[in-house]
Order: sequence, then C-alpha cells, then structure tokens
Amino acid sequence: MSESISKETVVKVSRLARLSLTSEQAEKMTSQLAGMLEHFRDIDALDLSDVEPMTQPYPLKNVMREDVEAKSLDRQEVLDQAPAAESGRFRVPPTIGFDV
Amino acid sequence: MQKLVEIVAGVTSGTTTATAVVEEHLARIKAREAEIHAFNLVTADQARKDAAKIDEDVKAGKVVGALAGVPIALKDNMCTRGVETTCSSKILQGWKPPYDATVVTKLRNAGAVIVGKTNLDEFAMGSSTENSAFGPTKNPLDISRVPGGSSGGSAAAVSAGFAAASLGSDTGGSIRQPAALCGVVGVKPTYGTVSRYGLVAFASSLDQIGPFTSDVRDAATLLEVISGHDPMDSTSIPQPAASLVSVLDHGVKGMRIGRVTDLPEGCEPDVLARLEAAFDAMRNAGATIVDVKLPSLQYCLTAYYLIAPAEASSNLARYDGVRYGNRVDAADLNAMYAATRESGFGEEVKRRIMLGTYALSAGYFDAYYGKALKVRRLISDDFARAYKDVDAILTPTSPSTAFKFGSKTDNPLAMYLCDVFTIPTNLAGHPAMSVPFGVGTDSMPVGIQVLATTMGEQTMFKVAAELERAS
Repeated sequence: MSESISKETVVKVSRLARLSLTSEQAEKMTSQLAGMLEHFRDIDALDLSDVEPMTQPYPLKNVMREDVEAKSLDRQEVLDQAPAAESGRFRVPPTIGFDV
Repeated sequence: MQKLVEIVAGVTSGTTTATAVVEEHLARIKAREAEIHAFNLVTADQARKDAAKIDEDVKAGKVVGALAGVPIALKDNMCTRGVETTCSSKILQGWKPPYDATVVTKLRNAGAVIVGKTNLDEFAMGSSTENSAFGPTKNPLDISRVPGGSSGGSAAAVSAGFAAASLGSDTGGSIRQPAALCGVVGVKPTYGTVSRYGLVAFASSLDQIGPFTSDVRDAATLLEVISGHDPMDSTSIPQPAASLVSVLDHGVKGMRIGRVTDLPEGCEPDVLARLEAAFDAMRNAGATIVDVKLPSLQYCLTAYYLIAPAEASSNLARYDGVRYGNRVDAADLNAMYAATRESGFGEEVKRRIMLGTYALSAGYFDAYYGKALKVRRLISDDFARAYKDVDAILTPTSPSTAFKFGSKTDNPLAMYLCDVFTIPTNLAGHPAMSVPFGVGTDSMPVGIQVLATTMGEQTMFKVAAELERAS
C-alpha cells in the first residue's frame, strides 16, 4: 500500500469532496488520516490477487417493474423544503463565469 | 420497562387504553428526558391523537394492528412526512421530509404510536452519540457513561422506559452496540429484510434497520411487522417476512453453536467471562459448542473503515445546499457547496468523507477501496465455511461495557475499535443480535451477540430466547 498521506493530498481531496478546510484543519486531518492509513496497512500482508471483489452482500439483479402511472412526491411540498426556490424550480447561485 | 406484547394485549382486550399507555410513557419522558437527551424531538401531541384514534377503533370493535397502542421511538435518520428529520446534523436541521419511510408506514398501519425522533451520532457515524450536533445522549443506567452509538438515543429511550420499543439503523454495529451498553435487545436483520426506503443513506451496502426492545419476544414481534419485500428498495429481498415469535420456545437442543477461536484481541476480561457463561448456558440447554476459525476477522476494521466511508462520501454528496437542508450563501455555486458543507457537517462526518473520497480517488482506488472489497469477500467466505459446521455463533457484542464520556473522543481509531465484533456481519450481510447477559465488574450490562447466516433469523431468535431464559 502507499506511503503516508501529505498535506497537499489532503487539500486536493478536500476540494474533490467540496469541503473547504482551513490550513489548521488540513494539518489535523492529515495527521489523523495518516494514523488511520497506517493501521489499514495490515491488509498489505494478504495475497488478494485471486480474490473477487465483493460490493454487495448478495448478487443483485436488475429490478424491473411495469411502466404504470403513479403519484409522485408533491412538487410544492418538495420545493418548500429547499433553501431557495422560484417558479417551481430550485434556485442556485451563478454556475458559470467563475473559476471552479 | 413495559413489554410491547403486554401493551398490545392490554389495549386490544380493553384492560388498558392506548391513551393511558402513551401518557405513562410521556410522563417518564417528562421526568427524565432533560437529563438523558434521548430525543431530538418528542411528538407528544400527535402521539396523543394517534392513541385516541386507536382507543376509538377498539371501542368500535374495529380490527386493530399487531402493535396497537405501542409507543415507539424512531432514530432521527428515518423520514417522517412533515416532521423534522435531522440525522443529528446541522446541515439537515429544520428539514421536513415530503414522505414517510416504509418502516414508518408499516408501524402506523400496525397501530404503533410514534412518540419521537431519537438522537444519534451525526449521520450515524460514531459509537457513543458524542458526534451528535445537538449534544450527546446519556446512558440511563449511569449518566456519566455513553449509551453507545450510533443509535444511542433509540437504545436509551427503551432502557429509560420512554418508549416500549424503538427503531435504529445498523451499518457497523449501530443497533447492537448501544443495545449492549444500555442493557436492551437490539437486532440487525439480514441485509434486505427491512426496507431502507426513507432511511437516510450512510453506506448503502451495509445499512439495515432493526428493532430495540426490552426482551427477545418483543424484538421478534416488532421485526415481523417491519420486515418484508418493498418495491421501493431495489435491494429488498423478494420474500415474505419470516415467522419468528413461533420459534421462540423451540430451544437449542442439538444445535451446534460456534466459538470463534481467533477472535480479535482487545476484549475486556469481564466481558469474555460472560461469553463463557453464555456457552455454558447453551451447553446446559442441550447444544454442542464447536470451535470455528474466522482468520480474516482481524482485517474487518480495515475493510469496513474503507468501504463505509467510501460509500458515505458518495451518499453525502447530496448535501449541497440546493434541494434540502441548509445553505450558506456564496458568490458562485462551488463556493456555496463548500461553505455549506464546511458549516453543516461535524468533524467526524468530514473525516469520513475525506477518508472515503481519498480511498476512491484516482491513484488510490486499487490500493484502498479495491483491496477492501476483496477483504470483504474473504470475511464472507470465512463465515460460509464456518456455517457448514455450526448453526449460530456467539461473540461479545462490544469489547467493553459502557465507557465514560470523553474517553475515546480524541482518538478516532480507539472509537472505531468499539465495532470490531459487530462489523463482520454487516460486511457479510448476515443477521446478528445483542441480548443482555449479566453485568461486568462495573455493574454495567454486557451484551452477547448471536450471529447466524443469511436469512438465519429463526435460528438466531431460538438461540437468543434461550440465552434470555438463562440470564
């Protein structure tokens, strides 16, 4: 498994996760994650080359149903719970014209 | 603690009323809730209305459900239409879901009276409720100690007599561990037995809803009601609910009960002594104790703490300040996402999102998440081999009795080790339950965990009932 995690990696991951960490938080997170990853090295001792990954407790099949009309959630009831809504839609801040 | 089955018998026969039962429970909540903090919300007014309706129906001679008049508390990560559902997180504070979880509908249809939403570690991430954004729940048996977690509020509510039963969710032990620490029964059913529709997702391949009750019969009764296929959950097993109450008196004569010879280290001696007493009880009841080896069990913590955070980092991406919950305004969309999530999530949730995002990110996926999925297979294969030789397995539920507040909060890994005996069954998807079985040297309850193979609930309940008779 890999070497210990760096602060730069932590900052990069926080951007991927849409979390803004202060420099101090990133520092603390780095040391805590490093401690965990160190513990997780125990599985490096295992030979897993012929082992099939297991993503679910039992094999899942695609579940199909008849395409029949049914009542869905009430639009207004859903929008009432949004932080901002307008004209039957969710309202968000500008999405283009800014650095991402 | 009032038994669920006695309440149903009393209410349906007319020897008591749902109203009287609910008032007794509300009175206990009033007397001790300020000290315990089992609830995020007590729905007293609605509970009184619902109880009155049951009483009317009984009077009118109408057929009432299998849970008629039973006060039940719900972990606050199960959606209740129009009633605040927070997951004990600031990011969802104030959110009123536009629909009911399937379990909520089933409870209502069975005549249960919902008394409130219980506290939890934020988004069910934790083993002590110390990660709740709204403050911890206290263990009703000793308020200087944690109730366990993440379903600590649900366990405490039953232990304190605030509700005759409650529902929790179990991703890595979040029903069984608090049940053990609070001295009540807690069940994690086979993955797919109880619908997850309306349960706020933490780790979708591990999450399962289950009951807390004061005894095994109550647990069987409640589990029968909430089990069964649900088209709204694509991982729901397309089979009818198993009959559990009918097997409780069958005993364990002739059964083979597994003793794990390579159990992970770190369990307190007084807890291990209770495990030995449990094996003695099984032997006295006519079962044979068989040694089994589960060599991959020692890697379960690593597999779990890579898989669960990976799934969580994906599931929790939906809290973006757009469709529900709270938003922190900012100049553009990405800045709004980051500001909202920074202010809305607590420390442990951020840690797990970070860990999960890292384990899934380019360059690290194979080394962490990919490997963890393979270890999951090894653990599942170990169990499959063991269940050729045994019908059920007994282990401790938790390595220790209820610990003091603050004793593990500085060290995330120490907290994670609380789950070492409960995690393996989530990874395998098997059922497991905790049954109170005596006390430790500190006089706090010890829980013994009964494990069985997929869909082995009947076997598990037979063993649990026998343990209870011997305790």
